[in-house]
Amino acid sequence: MEVFVTAVITMAVIGIILGAIIGIAAKLFKVEVDPRIDLVSELLPGVNCGGCGKAGCADFAKSIIEGENPPSKCPVASQEQISSIAKALGIEVGDAVKQVAVVFCGGDHNQEKVQTLYNGVSDCVSASLIAGGPKGCSYGCLGMGSCARACPFNAIEMLNGLAVVHPHLCVGCGACIDTCPRKIIELAPQTAKVHIYCNSPEKGAAKMKVCAVPCIACRKCVKAGEENQFIIDGFNISVNYEAEKLVDTAIFENVKCPTSCLLSETEHLKIEKASKSEVV
Amino acid sequence: MSSSKGLTFKGGIHPTSDGKALSSSAAIQDAPLLEEYQVIIHQNIGAPPKVLVAKGDEVKKGQVIAEAGGFVSVALHSPTSGKILKIDNIPGPMGVPVQAVFISADGEDQWGELMPPMDWKNAEPQAIKDRIRDAGVVGMGGAAFPTHVKLSPPPEKKLDCLILNGAECEPYLTADHRLMVEYPEKVLEGAAILGKAIAVTDIYIGVEVNKMDAIDTLLAKADAYGIKIVGLQVKYPQGAEKHLISAIIKREVPTGGLPMDVACVVQNVGSAAAVADAVTEGKPLIERITTITGLPVKNPSNWRLKLGTPIVEAIKFAGGIVCEPAKIILGGPMMGFAQKSLQVTVTKNTSGVLLMKKEEITQYQSTACIRCGRCLDACPMNLQPGSLSAAIESEKFDLAAKNNLMDCVECGSCAYVCPSNRPLVQHFRRAKAEIRNRSKK
Repeated sequence: MEVFVTAVITMAVIGIILGAIIGIAAKLFKVEVDPRIDLVSELLPGVNCGGCGKAGCADFAKSIIEGENPPSKCPVASQEQISSIAKALGIEVGDAVKQVAVVFCGGDHNQEKVQTLYNGVSDCVSASLIAGGPKGCSYGCLGMGSCARACPFNAIEMLNGLAVVHPHLCVGCGACIDTCPRKIIELAPQTAKVHIYCNSPEKGAAKMKVCAVPCIACRKCVKAGEENQFIIDGFNISVNYEAEKLVDTAIFENVKCPTSCLLSETEHLKIEKASKSEVV
Repeated sequence: MSSSKGLTFKGGIHPTSDGKALSSSAAIQDAPLLEEYQVIIHQNIGAPPKVLVAKGDEVKKGQVIAEAGGFVSVALHSPTSGKILKIDNIPGPMGVPVQAVFISADGEDQWGELMPPMDWKNAEPQAIKDRIRDAGVVGMGGAAFPTHVKLSPPPEKKLDCLILNGAECEPYLTADHRLMVEYPEKVLEGAAILGKAIAVTDIYIGVEVNKMDAIDTLLAKADAYGIKIVGLQVKYPQGAEKHLISAIIKREVPTGGLPMDVACVVQNVGSAAAVADAVTEGKPLIERITTITGLPVKNPSNWRLKLGTPIVEAIKFAGGIVCEPAKIILGGPMMGFAQKSLQVTVTKNTSGVLLMKKEEITQYQSTACIRCGRCLDACPMNLQPGSLSAAIESEKFDLAAKNNLMDCVECGSCAYVCPSNRPLVQHFRRAKAEIRNRSKK
């Protein structure tokens, strides 16, 4: 009986002492957490895609509160989510333009010549290390789908040996950009609906040898468009996404691209689908 | 020689039919002069040479057309006399377009002013190294690493031996074999010059014992130079520098290290012959011995080809083809590069042009690893190819790097023995590229 009482008392005393230490430590070493971070994190989509440039949504929430980024910098959040964050914090929504990824190549298996039989690992980096890849053009899409596998939103589809971005699914997080060994994926403003799907700096004749849909720098589009709408860089032309007035589908009323590399987003998707069904 | 089987290292493979009999008895022939040569400018590892000529210039044979563009770089010389037509892109041996100087031959094949012959026995080591650089000599076994750089270790690394690689372990190739049989003095003198340049007297030439005629020829003359000839077991990759060192002087190059870390320099016998030409005759490296072989070739043979010879012409020298080749490889079948164009031209490291018939090549379907462990036995670098490829397939590049992936020499022994036909080397090359990119960032 005596042993029992001693044990209970000892345990109680130890408990009280430890409890007191924890209590003091909690007061002394208290970490102040801004409650708004939790609030904003709740309102963010929570996919941790990294598209804002921060290490996940909680980090981005912190940067909003510190005023480093506006809420609209989140590429995934809908307009309602963004305005509810702005409302909760009493700040401006911001004017970050939503961006989408564009694969600057139109050479699917029907359009681009295949020069070698490739029998190796189905991965773009691996394929590019062997004789520069199986396709004829050294600047085009390799078609092994490394970017499609890297996309957290399933926005990239491999159609007949060409990576195609579905703009309504793409949030512009940029996860695909670094996976491409050819570096042909770039972000463009979502408002741009017309692109030149070619990025080869080769001369027109050299491109025509390996591909049916290259930009041959004929400049028909440049002449038909307004000033500054296109950038001429050597033997390649690209759309100027920083122009005051972006080139839009109206340009097709004035000009038809002889090689069909100047296309609207919707036309680009259509062509790939058609060629896929032909193969199947 | 220690035994009739020869010295060797742990691991490696021996392909059952090595194809060497096709061309091993064909004497080296001089290629007829062509009308045009397309000399690729960047033939060496390291900085590309700086072009010194322009369209329309007249050049003599052996004239410098590009000078070394840095320390790890060498000069490039005109293979014949003639006129510069243009500088333009041509298909490169690695599959990507490269810049080349187009030279239209005038048919005279006339030497320009040669560098003066050197009395190398009394020359300064630095003067020999400078001559080697100016003559454009690179590792002619395949890597094309500038020879003078290997001879110039940092001062804290002391060297005590030189090994010449005459193993020629790649199946089919016989260029080094013929060189050793027909020009043993050149190889031995080159070896002695290289030894002088790094001030070592312990010089070995390692030759696989399937080339007994080469060993006998060299042995007969080696004593005069004080050079030791070593017989090596017939095994691939016996000619890799780390494995030559392990077989001959029983030293192990530390992980991530170079031969100089074990006080050793390894050079190819072809490079040694080129060094002998450069030093004793003042001739720059403008041609090399190349094996043109394979079952589709009419007369598999060894040729002295000028740099810039398109391989389509080289195949014509060997009598053309008797049946349609399905694969054309520059180099040997184990580490060579399959080509997509016949317009690729001969460079300083083109040891062979190998044609293969359709029946000889297979479109493998790779399946899952069955953990049989054959790759472990085959790996000459003591790596675990199976586990490494599993790590790489799940994109765990850090894990692969931790398990010493960077020590892989890409010899392909693991993929050769794999019963599941797994593309192991391709995984490794991809991961090595990825790891190098990451460490740059």
